[in-house]
Amino acid sequence: MSKEYDVIIVGGGATGAGTARDCAMRGLKTLLLERHDLSAGATGRNHGLLHSGARYAVTDQESAEECIRENMILRKVARHCVEETDGLFITLPEDDLGFQSTFVDACRRAGINAEAIDPKEAIRLEPSVNKNLIGAVKVPDGAVDPFRLTMANVLDARLHGAEVLTYHEVTAVVKEGDRVVGVEVYDVHTKEKKTLRSRLVINAGGIWGHHIAELAGATVNMFPAKGALLIFGHRVNNLVINRCRKPADADILVPGDTICLIGTTSSRLPYDQIDDMKVTADEVDLLLREGEKLAPELAYTRILRAYAGVRPLVAADNDPSGRSISRGIVCLDHETRDGIPGFITITGGKLMTYRLMAEWATDLACKKLGVDKPCQTADIPLPGSDITEEDRYASGSDLGGKAARGRHGSRSVEIKHKDRYDESLVCECEGVSIAEVNYAIDTLDAKNITNLRRRTRLGMGTCQGELCACRAAGLLSKANGCARKSVEDLATFMNERWKGMFPVSWGDTLSEAQFTSWIYEGVCGLDAFDKKEE
Amino acid sequence: MNKEQNTNAESFEQCLKCTVCTVYCPMVAVNPDYPGPKQAGPDGERYRLKNPVFYDDALDLCLNCKRCEVACPSNVKIGDIIQSARLKYSSKKPKLRDFILANTDIMGTMASTMAPVVNFTLGLKPVKAVMDGVLAVDHHRTFPKYAGQRFETWFKRYALKKQEEYTKKVSYFHGCYANYNNPKLAKDFVKIMNAIGYGVNLLEKEKCCGVALISNGFKNQAIKQANLNLGSIRKAVGRGEPILTTSSTCTFTMRDEYAHILELDNSDVRSSIALATKFIFELVDAGKVKLVFKDDYRKRIAYHTPCHMEKLGWAIYSTSLVKMIPGVDFNMLDSQCCGIAGTYGFKKEHYEDSQKIGESLFRQIRDLNLDMVATDCETCKWQIEMSTGVQVENPISIIADALDVEATQKANR
Repeated sequence: MSKEYDVIIVGGGATGAGTARDCAMRGLKTLLLERHDLSAGATGRNHGLLHSGARYAVTDQESAEECIRENMILRKVARHCVEETDGLFITLPEDDLGFQSTFVDACRRAGINAEAIDPKEAIRLEPSVNKNLIGAVKVPDGAVDPFRLTMANVLDARLHGAEVLTYHEVTAVVKEGDRVVGVEVYDVHTKEKKTLRSRLVINAGGIWGHHIAELAGATVNMFPAKGALLIFGHRVNNLVINRCRKPADADILVPGDTICLIGTTSSRLPYDQIDDMKVTADEVDLLLREGEKLAPELAYTRILRAYAGVRPLVAADNDPSGRSISRGIVCLDHETRDGIPGFITITGGKLMTYRLMAEWATDLACKKLGVDKPCQTADIPLPGSDITEEDRYASGSDLGGKAARGRHGSRSVEIKHKDRYDESLVCECEGVSIAEVNYAIDTLDAKNITNLRRRTRLGMGTCQGELCACRAAGLLSKANGCARKSVEDLATFMNERWKGMFPVSWGDTLSEAQFTSWIYEGVCGLDAFDKKEE
Repeated sequence: MNKEQNTNAESFEQCLKCTVCTVYCPMVAVNPDYPGPKQAGPDGERYRLKNPVFYDDALDLCLNCKRCEVACPSNVKIGDIIQSARLKYSSKKPKLRDFILANTDIMGTMASTMAPVVNFTLGLKPVKAVMDGVLAVDHHRTFPKYAGQRFETWFKRYALKKQEEYTKKVSYFHGCYANYNNPKLAKDFVKIMNAIGYGVNLLEKEKCCGVALISNGFKNQAIKQANLNLGSIRKAVGRGEPILTTSSTCTFTMRDEYAHILELDNSDVRSSIALATKFIFELVDAGKVKLVFKDDYRKRIAYHTPCHMEKLGWAIYSTSLVKMIPGVDFNMLDSQCCGIAGTYGFKKEHYEDSQKIGESLFRQIRDLNLDMVATDCETCKWQIEMSTGVQVENPISIIADALDVEATQKANR
């Protein structure tokens, strides 16, 4: 037991990272703990949609207002994580065109610049859209990369003095009397346990926060809602396409980086299954059926993989049955709520409102700790954001350099392409160079191939790791000095890629998987290594 | 779930990233600045769809040889993807030089009227220096000589009338080279066809097939010329005549590039366009015609497979015909690009790569001690002649030289 922190934040998703940044910027001695990798939970398993808020305008005015405010803030402070694509809300012949004016009015009330446009104009703006549309509304939707966003928050938290420990799982909340005074953590890599003390613990564990709260002796009624999505092989659309109707399943198609994704479904999930979600055949069928209505071209487009995330929906305190579930932000002061001082839970909300959630949690923490400093996270850009759109997408010939600038923004100056070796591509589909991989290992804490994927997009492209995984394993083993660990890591990574391909394994995706297994098992003998280990 | 769900035979997404295309790319082997067909084609397309700034100017290095497409086990039209991307995204404006090289028709018309002067001038050192310095046409290159009398003029004057004697007819797309530079090839074609009992018609109107326009970035003009050619071809097909050619590249362009790159529908006439060697071989093979060769023809010949011939898959027809000549000692060269790729190798910036690509081919040719090389492509001919000093002839000319015309006529009467 050594030093004491002002605040320990549990959970390395967008909310936890954002809270760590906010706390550190307000001068608190901050520690962020994550049991796996950054953005390994719900943060990395959603649409990557920079909501304009239009989707919620009719049903939830407050969420809509929060969304549009945060949307505008992220365009400013997280420029390198955002693509300002705009979005369409289309009315198809089976939809009620009368809903459109209700929708536009509600958007305007929430401060969202929604503009009904001629369907012909919509087709001109987005040629992939269903040509049968009878109405279209243009809104300021966009795309946001949750991995980059979380990483940028962590980088800035560090720059402001915060400490960040990934692969550290909270196994107990340490209390003195009723007061929470720290946590006990298990270091996944060294397999050691230790106790860390702090004046406050902020539970930002998302759906897993249910469990963290239990450890502290509090009950937060969470209702896991599973949402499945499909990733397509390339960008079919350049504008987000939504259905102009009350929110329903599979009615958003988002272009994100080199791909596009359709989602989501929504189904209740027992809490004990949140760590082992599988996308079912019914969900895939539903996503395809509805997706093709937005952009018919999807029927002929390769699907790379399927995945599911879990929304941390919270029941109102006065309704333990969970009937009145809110998607709004929930910030719980457990001192006043449960008589547990030193413990705060920040949950609910959505990726779009992570910064606001962090602000609320940090405001409360500052109040408790007697710190009087205003939140600045809406005004000070995140590291990497300091780049103009022209510079971010400047032309030039080397793919690795251009792609890295798109991903890391102004921070990409640290990725040094000194010679042809540095420029060589590790991941050919996504244009990730050796220099970028080494940057991620050295500066962004990438410890395994999955970490590298989240930091760079390595392995996220068409071949799903077929060509890049073994190269990445080689670079990691050079950095870690352990070949055996890298081979295990490689097997884990390839299995994880297959898990996402399995629900959509037909056509080219199946051929690709087959070819991959032929390379890794047939040529490289990866399965032989696995058997020996057993 | 049907098998076609989420697949598209026309799409780059059929690429399984096996990279065999890059292994077969002649440019990758000599120039590390070229990202290779996989990255320039299917991989790059994903990025260009995300944002056109991801267009890479190194795509200019593509020879359009289509050897990547031949190598691809998944049938991805890699070369087409690259050509289309160049036409769609390249910000480089074609230069005056590119205009001159691309407009084979205009140049041919002007040059053949003044052939001796032009040939003399183009051969002069100071002129070559100016072309090299001002136009960036490499000074090592020798422009193909222009003939004084165009094939079309000769045909109308001396051959047209005779064609009326035949009931069976074919149409001939001669192309620029046979018209302006090597009328002998076209005359040889007429000689063979007549000998086996076929009359030859020219197309009502004919323009350059457009291959050089496509590769130099003049898509609109290429479409205009393609439409004119397709119009004439349709009329000939309507008369029940096949359209024969003596250039593998013209054939390939009209059959495949018109549809894939220029996005014109040629499906009604595509199967009627064929290389003369294919047409003749099939007749011989079916026992419908006989070729009788001279007894004293003795030549040691090696066949070079032009890239577009490889793509057509038709080298077998030309080689089988040449092998029918009793006095031919036949050798097959390894199938590889000679490096010229049409107008590509004429450009100063490509000269070095062009020669490096062909180097092993040239060595093989020199080592074989040949009388001549046979090939179906005129630009391969220039490249090999310049680089090896060995004479290169079209198989049609070789057949015509070896043919006992009278005996053949008799055998096919």
